[in-house]
Amino acid sequence: MSFLCATRMRGGYGGADILQGCDITVEKGEIAVIVGPNGAGKSTAMKAVFGMMSLREGSVVFDGEDITKLSPQDRVAKGMGFVPQTNNIFGTMSVEENLEMGGFLRRDDISVTIEQIYDLFPILREKRAQAAGELSGGQRQQVAVGRALMTQPKLLLLDEPTAGVSPIVMDELFDRIIEVARSGVSILMVEQNARQALEIADKGYVLVQGGNAYTDTGAALLANPEVRRTFLGG
Amino acid sequence: MIDLLNALVALLNYVVIPATAYGAQLALGALGVTLVFGILRFSNFAHADVMAFGTMVVIGVTALFQSWGISFGILPTALLALPFGCLATIALVLGTDRVVYRFYRRVKAAPVMLMIVSIGVAFVMNGVVRMFVGTEDRTFSDGARFLISARDFKAATGLDEALSLKTTQAVTVVTAVIVVAALFWFLNRTRTGKSMRAYSDNEDLALLSGINPEHVVRVTWVIVAILATVAGTLYGLDKSFKPFTYFQILLPMFAAAIVGGFGSPLGAIVGGFTIAYAEILFTYAFKKVAGYVLPEALQPDGLAQLLSTDYKFAVSFAILVIVLLFRPNGLFGGKSA
Repeated sequence: MSFLCATRMRGGYGGADILQGCDITVEKGEIAVIVGPNGAGKSTAMKAVFGMMSLREGSVVFDGEDITKLSPQDRVAKGMGFVPQTNNIFGTMSVEENLEMGGFLRRDDISVTIEQIYDLFPILREKRAQAAGELSGGQRQQVAVGRALMTQPKLLLLDEPTAGVSPIVMDELFDRIIEVARSGVSILMVEQNARQALEIADKGYVLVQGGNAYTDTGAALLANPEVRRTFLGG
Repeated sequence: MIDLLNALVALLNYVVIPATAYGAQLALGALGVTLVFGILRFSNFAHADVMAFGTMVVIGVTALFQSWGISFGILPTALLALPFGCLATIALVLGTDRVVYRFYRRVKAAPVMLMIVSIGVAFVMNGVVRMFVGTEDRTFSDGARFLISARDFKAATGLDEALSLKTTQAVTVVTAVIVVAALFWFLNRTRTGKSMRAYSDNEDLALLSGINPEHVVRVTWVIVAILATVAGTLYGLDKSFKPFTYFQILLPMFAAAIVGGFGSPLGAIVGGFTIAYAEILFTYAFKKVAGYVLPEALQPDGLAQLLSTDYKFAVSFAILVIVLLFRPNGLFGGKSA
């Protein structure tokens, strides 16, 4: 049994189903990436894993436990962290307060985790007292990831972490994400920058119309001529 | 030189001191309005009547204390009654939330709908207050009337102009400073206070972080009740208590909150003083001051008053409209009203 096992997910936001029996699995410490054309249901699949959308069919098993019926908040308590694509920081609060709020549920000492996050994202230590909303796009994404890491999640869900940042910042963010994965946190991420994301992925999912079109290692998908021609622009 | 001093004293006495006291009262009121807007996301038109309710309880407890012979020296007895007024008001707003607002929160009603609901709540509270305490004017300040009386000041300085500082004015400013300092300490330094700011900033992310919205809402109502009772009592001590006047200061309070930026506590304070100073400067007759500083030839014929005091609400209304037209997010960039 994989660490995260979402099987035969079917459902949508009322009306027609967006997910048509989609499967996602992630192993411990692995980076899994969901790519695919617009409207394929990439973000929807991730929201279903996190419980922000109720499934009509299928199940989500996390760390050996069926969590299909749990609310997102309860899934956070079980060890999932989620970084939304937009509005993912408290803009009027300082960087440090953002991290404190990330660890709101924890009753133990969170200062050690805050230090670890500052080690991971050194720029945040420098800007700890500054309002998060005043930072650059890349720095805000680091705050957002840092906030989600405060609960010490076992699985981190990232919804397009590099949306709207420059290519240099994107490379840096991916480097940090690899570092997070090396510390033992599994990562499931949805990405528009498919080629770069697959390069760092242990596993890639290509979704088309709410179903799995291709599933393989990141390198194999990059090498697959069919995938290259249809999704990666040659 | 003496003329200049006289002019300065006149300005202090008729503009600066009353405007500062009034500004502090408005700021406390506007803080309550802005907190409800920031956390519960609606314009609470019942706030003035919550103030009136709190003040009514304080008046009742004050009368009780006076009948028992309890007093607070030179300070008004009402200050001793204040904690009881706060408790009663906390019970009132928590009860109202439970019976009225919670339902609309559950069904995710639009802010406009909640605003209209709050107008209904205002009417009910207003009726309750008038039923218990009546509609007439009441003065309930006791203790020493003046810290600096006009006669003493004249005798001490030998100036023609008098300066008087009412005890209630000094009490207003000191109490407001203490309450605001406590509020900012709470919002910026405590876990619960930070979670309130987080919830106000980004509701979805606050939920994701495990912040319990109902707890945040309860704490907010408790703070709002305390702010309203303190603001209402200070206003009543400084002027007098009349339920209908309280409903009228809703406009300057909202103007203050919006000028500062709706949802921004710091903005509410700046807004409160801006509105208070504007109201008083626009309705003050400058003839006396002009008499001291201007040469004979330039003396104004009239009172040199821009607006009659009857129009002071027009000043807040005009400022409100100007701010909404040119800077809808307010000076401190709150959420757009």
